[in-house]
Amino acid sequence: MKKITIDPVTRLEGHGKIDIFLDEQGRVANCYFLVPELRGFEKFCEGRPVEELPRILTRICGVCPEAHHMASAKACDAVYHVEIPSTAKKLRELLYSIFFVADHTVHFYALGGPDFVVGPDAPAAERNILGVIRKVGLEAGKKVIHTRSMAHEILTILGGKAIHPVTALPGGMAKGITEEERIKIEGYAKEMVEFGKFTLKVVDDVVLANKAYLDLILSDTYAHKTHSMGTVDKKNNVNFYDGQIRVVDTNGKELLRFEAKDYLNHLAEHVEPWTYLKFPYLKKIGWKGFVDGPDSGVYKATPLSRLNAADGMATPLAQAEYERFYKTLGGKPVQATLATHWARVIELLYAAERALELSQDPEITGRNYRVIPTATPDEGVGCVEAPRGTLYHHYVTDEKGIVKKVNLIVGTTNNHAAISMSIKKAAQGLIKRGTTITEGILNQIEMAFRAYDPCLACATHSLPGEMPLQVRILSPQGEVLDQIERF
Amino acid sequence: MSKPKLALYWAASCGGCEIAVLDIQEKILEVDANFELVFWPCAMDPKYKDVQAMPDKSIDLCLFNGGIRTSENKEMAELLRKKSKVLVAFGSCAQEGCIPGLANLYSKESIFERVYKDNPSTDNSNGTYPQPRTKVPEGELEIPEFYEKLTPLNAVVTVDYYIPGCPPQPHQIWAVLEHIIQGKPLPPPGSVLGAGVKTCCDECPRTREEKKIRQFFRPHQIMPDERLCLLDQGIICCGPATRSGCGALCVSAGVACRGCYGAPPESPDQGAKMMAALSSVIDSQDPDEIEQIVSSIADPVGTFYRFSLAASMLGRNKR
Repeated sequence: MKKITIDPVTRLEGHGKIDIFLDEQGRVANCYFLVPELRGFEKFCEGRPVEELPRILTRICGVCPEAHHMASAKACDAVYHVEIPSTAKKLRELLYSIFFVADHTVHFYALGGPDFVVGPDAPAAERNILGVIRKVGLEAGKKVIHTRSMAHEILTILGGKAIHPVTALPGGMAKGITEEERIKIEGYAKEMVEFGKFTLKVVDDVVLANKAYLDLILSDTYAHKTHSMGTVDKKNNVNFYDGQIRVVDTNGKELLRFEAKDYLNHLAEHVEPWTYLKFPYLKKIGWKGFVDGPDSGVYKATPLSRLNAADGMATPLAQAEYERFYKTLGGKPVQATLATHWARVIELLYAAERALELSQDPEITGRNYRVIPTATPDEGVGCVEAPRGTLYHHYVTDEKGIVKKVNLIVGTTNNHAAISMSIKKAAQGLIKRGTTITEGILNQIEMAFRAYDPCLACATHSLPGEMPLQVRILSPQGEVLDQIERF
Repeated sequence: MSKPKLALYWAASCGGCEIAVLDIQEKILEVDANFELVFWPCAMDPKYKDVQAMPDKSIDLCLFNGGIRTSENKEMAELLRKKSKVLVAFGSCAQEGCIPGLANLYSKESIFERVYKDNPSTDNSNGTYPQPRTKVPEGELEIPEFYEKLTPLNAVVTVDYYIPGCPPQPHQIWAVLEHIIQGKPLPPPGSVLGAGVKTCCDECPRTREEKKIRQFFRPHQIMPDERLCLLDQGIICCGPATRSGCGALCVSAGVACRGCYGAPPESPDQGAKMMAALSSVIDSQDPDEIEQIVSSIADPVGTFYRFSLAASMLGRNKR
């Protein structure tokens, strides 16, 4: 049997690898998505004071440290049974919304965007951020750099450090903001809303106006019928910082709705010996292997899943886009993996609108941003929507708040099984008997993977830039028969 | 004259060092103009085989971030050492193991047990653990070996320079690159670049009154005065045992330093330096009372060695 290894970030540097096995007829027999990395945070947090965890668990990921900082602070609040002041909650959500704008921007323009904007058939040399800029104009490139730089500045004000923030702690925030800072943030948030609108126009002009792209997005090769998970507010609108977890089934019907603290009643994880990352699934249905459909416990937690799991967006411009999204793609739920890119941009606009609302909230400059916890600490769960999926932090402490146990289910992990299946389906659709493996085919397989924006630093890394691919075709004896690299 | 060749690489790290490099913003264009980037997996297309094919010592400068956690990390460190004239441990993970180095307080077996077996959301009655090689019906799958301990870069190869920080701050990264671009001579091998020569306290805007304290507080337990030294107020702050260079970011935001810039000059062991600093602020001569005051420090190892445990003299495991 032949084995094709797609190594997204080169073989030895690791952090994510795809093996495709072909049968004797040259058809795809099976695919494996391997995560070759573990750091053991869940163990070495034991013995640490729980209030230090928001500063320790940020180091899971330098791309999305804000997500871990927030989930951890919320878990600490729960451990200490403390209700944080309204100003603290708003400051945290403001920080978090700005982070979402920055993170989704990087993905759309630098990582996923090249496929989506420049086009899957474009030459490899064009499929990068420079290609995106050439397609949509130099002005857009400047806007991307400017948006990142505004976000960096605001995150330093709110979080103390832009990479690995430090200000959230049990009971609230270590610092508030001044009126002067608020005015600056409000001005930047307004620019971010405009940037969100501009980015949606890019989706319109470049992607939706091109029927071939739309057909590709809706093609069966890139579709998977799975359940969808996301956090919703009381009105069932998408929320990133707080709410209840809602799961809708493959027909869009509510399957589960629960408080994050009850996650163990609804989620479980499966272990395989060939990857360091686990496979979460819905407990109610159970682990049925790498299969999709209503009878499989596999679910997705992505921007697309969040939109599917909700009934709408809480801000006006994003809501209008939400409606247009489902009208264009044929109603809910949308199962086209590549539509995740569009969903991400709608979320970007929502995050910018939400940041603007919060920056104009009279409470945001309040001085009451912290309370001292007084209850005896014991156990708590904190949950947020990370850009790449629902993030759960669960801590158990002794009566002094020293950590006894930690359990984490991180964004990308939710999608581990779905990513594996999406790759397999794309490979099966693209590699048939006698197919010559070309660079274009590799990219189209990789597109299935890239739509999830897999942040495997939470397991491995996926950073701005063109992901390289290495495909090796091996004989059953392990001899390399053919090799194609795309760099 | 051809431009000097630059490589950047990550091992066991979080990606924050890479983001910090991108955060030098428009200066990245000057890096591009002055160096030939030959290997940077996150922002350009790496060619692993090309690195292998390069003549030895053909990379002029290699910035290596991340610690050595797996067999793959070690292999890459060895390859890049061979190919690089100047190898820099970039960031806290490569320099001293950083936060992932706290895993050295535990054995590999106990880490696997917590993650894959004794874990409330994991259903693994068969006791399956990830392993380097797995037979599947279609063939064999391979993942790197997870080592018993995490080590800093200089435990596996010779390191020429160190750039500290978690992450190194963008202005410091640029200062080092600009120095090299201008062709200025580098200090002796083994030196720390991109940081100050004093302590974090030297950059701290808070007022230090050298007060003696009778009790330590954990950060969530008190509302500190906004202008005064946090340590003077009884909050453990690792500023006195931490090299300057970050600009005192955390303390300026009202949060105590945890030491991400590593030990200051002339201090081989950051934790020992911190303990010495604390002993000078404790207000008692009575051994029992001192014992009581010291016991109010919640987690000495995880606090004083937050970033440097893997490089420290404390190397033992516990279950």
